[in-house]
Amino acid sequence: MGNERTPPGFAAALKKASLSAFVALILFSLMVGVRTEAGPTGQLIYWTRFGELAGLVSAVFAGSLILELLRSWFGPLDTGKFIPAAADGPLKLAQRFFPLALLIFTLIFPVIFYEKRYILDLGILVLTYVMLGWGLNVVVGLAGLLDLGYVAFYAVGAYSYALLATTFGLSFWICLPLAGILAAFWGVLLGFPVLRLKGDYLAIVTLAFGEIIRLVLINWQTLTGGPNGITGIPRPSFFGIPLTPGDDGFAARFGLEFSPTHRVVFLYYLILALALLTNWVTIRLRGLPIGRAWEAMREDEVACRALGINITTTKLTAFATGAMFGGFAGAFFATRQGFISPESFTFHESALVLAIVVLGGMGSQLGVALAALVMIGGFELFRDFEQYRMLVFGLAMVVLMVWRPRGLVGHREATVFLHHRTEISAELSREGRG
Amino acid sequence: MAYFSQQLINGVVLGSIYGLIAIGYTMVYGIVGMINFAHGDIFMIGGFVALITFLILVSIGLTFVPVILLLVLLVAMAMTALYGWSVERIAYRPLRHSFRLAPMLSAIGMSFALSNFAQVAQGARVKPVPPIVTGGYTLFERSGFAVQLSNIQIIVVITTLVLLALFTYLVSRTRLGRDMRACEQDQTMAALLGVDVDRTISMTFVIGAALAAVAGMMYLLYYGLVDFFMGFVAGIKAFTAAVLGGIGSLPGAMLGGLSIGLIETMWSAYFSVEYKDVAAFSILIVVLIFLPTGLLGRPEVEKV
Amino acid sequence: MSAVPASSAAHDDILAVSGLTMRFGGIVAINDLSFTARRGEISALIGPNGAGKTTVFNCITGFYKPTSGDIRLTHSDGKSYVLQSLNDFRICKVAKVARTFQNIRLFPGLTALENLMVAQHNALMRASGFTLMGLLGMPGWRTAEKAAIDLSSYWLERIGLFDRADEAAGNLPYGDQRRLEIARAMCTEPALLCLDEPAAGLNARESGELNELLLSIRDDRGASILLIEHDMSVVMEISDHVTVLDYGVKIAGGTPQQVRDDPKVIAAYLGTDEETALAVMEGDA
Ligand SMILES: Nc1ncnc2c1ncn2[C@@H]1O[C@H](COP(=O)(O)OP(=O)(O)OP(=O)(O)O)[C@@H](O)[C@H]1O
Ligand SMILES: [Mg+2]
Repeated sequence: MGNERTPPGFAAALKKASLSAFVALILFSLMVGVRTEAGPTGQLIYWTRFGELAGLVSAVFAGSLILELLRSWFGPLDTGKFIPAAADGPLKLAQRFFPLALLIFTLIFPVIFYEKRYILDLGILVLTYVMLGWGLNVVVGLAGLLDLGYVAFYAVGAYSYALLATTFGLSFWICLPLAGILAAFWGVLLGFPVLRLKGDYLAIVTLAFGEIIRLVLINWQTLTGGPNGITGIPRPSFFGIPLTPGDDGFAARFGLEFSPTHRVVFLYYLILALALLTNWVTIRLRGLPIGRAWEAMREDEVACRALGINITTTKLTAFATGAMFGGFAGAFFATRQGFISPESFTFHESALVLAIVVLGGMGSQLGVALAALVMIGGFELFRDFEQYRMLVFGLAMVVLMVWRPRGLVGHREATVFLHHRTEISAELSREGRG
Repeated sequence: MAYFSQQLINGVVLGSIYGLIAIGYTMVYGIVGMINFAHGDIFMIGGFVALITFLILVSIGLTFVPVILLLVLLVAMAMTALYGWSVERIAYRPLRHSFRLAPMLSAIGMSFALSNFAQVAQGARVKPVPPIVTGGYTLFERSGFAVQLSNIQIIVVITTLVLLALFTYLVSRTRLGRDMRACEQDQTMAALLGVDVDRTISMTFVIGAALAAVAGMMYLLYYGLVDFFMGFVAGIKAFTAAVLGGIGSLPGAMLGGLSIGLIETMWSAYFSVEYKDVAAFSILIVVLIFLPTGLLGRPEVEKV
Repeated sequence: MSAVPASSAAHDDILAVSGLTMRFGGIVAINDLSFTARRGEISALIGPNGAGKTTVFNCITGFYKPTSGDIRLTHSDGKSYVLQSLNDFRICKVAKVARTFQNIRLFPGLTALENLMVAQHNALMRASGFTLMGLLGMPGWRTAEKAAIDLSSYWLERIGLFDRADEAAGNLPYGDQRRLEIARAMCTEPALLCLDEPAAGLNARESGELNELLLSIRDDRGASILLIEHDMSVVMEISDHVTVLDYGVKIAGGTPQQVRDDPKVIAAYLGTDEETALAVMEGDA
């Protein structure tokens, strides 16, 4: 801990570890050492757990000791040290081909894992978050506007599709653009009040907005079904052909044997297509004046105004675009689940998507995809420890941020070049004050 | 009128609790310029520590309520302060000069970790306690409605007032307060002039956490229960309060807390309980449209 | 004092500031200031630190709303704009006033080329059919983009940064950044270019190059320039007209020579010691 340089040595490490253990002992003495529970009569009772307490404190001691020793042997953690300069060239090359390899892999993913339903589902989940991450990236990474309520647009998309499909019987392919447009509309609606807000004021308003949407979804029982949500949302059809076992179903039409996996694979490709669309649009937008204005606004809003750029429309379009992608993802979520409720749209989701964007390295498309894979994949690893999931997830967020505050991919690629493609270190980029 | 007075009392009490938490947000924001997302969960931990201390004290045979309350208060403040200190050391200090979003996410991660920690360590179920402080006064009675002022409400408000006075003294009169204000202005300059910036920031977290612990204990006494999730809801309310009042401003935090408390109670009393939070958040948004830096926040002048 | 160049018929006023007052709470930063800038000329605004020069710029370019007064800009086709009632971004977009900042405000994370492309936002926005046509990659957009890159290249060449076009602006040396900011302002194709201390922090060679750049902008591009500058060698050498400000009040105006010999200016500008002042100024010029 701490910044002060300590002389390397076992004694110093031991001292620090003992201190950490002592602090841990106090911290956990009551919270872990004593367990409370409402007894059979409703009266609170408690019992002690000194064994657990001792275990935890020793774990802190051992962990801290190892960390301190490692630090005194290797010096401060620095990834640059582990990569020799000679590997730079091939590494660059690998970097160039990595996205392509990743794309090919995602394309043939369902073929490889056709038999493994669980892996396919996980793939869909990861891609959903990749899409959400890319959507939020427009707002946070490119335009530099902090949005802690992104889940609101995800919710708007999901409920739009669910309501349109269940009440008017509209098909998924009509509802999808409608959900996107509605979400974009809400994006603009959120954008207006926050135009003049900066930094943390923006953060709380977007957070509040997300909560308002969620609370309305919970309480407007007649429209949204309240906490019970909406059930029986139509599943997507293969461009009009239902993916059902019936005679006019997909399998029968194409002379295949019916298998529920068809639908899963179809959903996989659907979200993949949506995510790739998001990516394509974002990449195109970056090279257009609007995208460049977003990035310029992130760098310096005052300079933008002096160059005749209308900050109002620039901000609103960023909010609307990000929201629209969120809306698409929401519609997909609804059709995939067949059931939605406000529980799926908590602040936790917003935080998760924001973490994906920041861990990805603000503004980097590849980074966001990798971060989604790491976060959601990592999350799944702890499936069996359901109870400790948020604990591990939260601590992982802390560790990742401390390790790479600038994210996995720490540079942005120039949108236009005269001589050669360049990558600019993220250290130079501003993060936006909005 | 009677009904209104009663709601006014309830609102002020709730507002006091929010205000105490909001001070923690505002202090940290003033000095390190970050939203300490974990602060709501520190408040929750404060509630738990108070609960456990109380149980132990009762079980070892202590019966004199004022002594119990005082001991619970001291233990909760001390232990929660240590939580605040540790959170700063682990999650924020390494990111002190990093870019803005990294500490924010680190804080969000810490918030998740703390609430899950409490859930795992103490179970997910709500922990009810029997009323510790009972009794009260009937202020007046009008058309069959009695306006009550309970002892616990008096305790909450008085504790808040005393703490506020202490705290104002601390910030305006002591060496630590001066260091804090210096760091708020310019950390580099403060360090050059011999202010121990690390220590000052640590102390800020410690004091903020201690105040949150008091709020946690008051919550426990007032509502008679704690659970692992209460940090999130109370946290964003208090954060809303801090921003509404103008983040960075201490009187603003208290004013914001009272406003949010009153809005919530009044809305529940006269409109609908379900939408009380929606009302609070909406009013925040409306206020910020017209006063982008909150009620008492310094307007930000952009030097060009 | 009233010596107006004989060719005044050809040079009409592009900017007319009259009765401009700007108060910040109790501080009167500018007090009832009136001056004009002529089309196709370089007009300088000088004055000691804190005289209110930057504040005048901020009023002209819409970053501050003046307490009172009138700022009028007239294009060569006779169209006239009241700047204090235009939105800040419209002042650049419609009235064609571009500016640089006293403390450089480039987009540090964007390349030099990108900085210049951002400056052509409004033209490119129209060409991209407000994004839609650009998204579909229509040929019209492609040509417009090509033209924008060409214009950027032209300016990069002019400021000697062609080879460093793809470097992050934040990585360029200070002098290059100053020139890049001027090029960026020029990419908006302004009628009036406002430069806030462009020579600050430049060495003698760079400052000489800057003079040439500004003169060529005036002569080749026909742009009018309003210049704030402390460096007297720049002011004396390139400006056609000088306005002197002290404590927010105009204390003199005229040709560089007239201003230089004005005892009021000397007193205000370099303190009350007039003899030393004169000596320093003559040494500089
Ligand atoms: N936003 C503001 N709020 C309050 N006072 C301001 C503001 N902007 C400028 N001032 C004040 O107006 C006066 C003039 O400042 P200004 O920056 O225009 O001077 P200047 O002539 O550009 O000086 P310098 O040569 O140092 O750049 C100063 O006293 C300054 O403090
Ligand atoms: Mg100035």
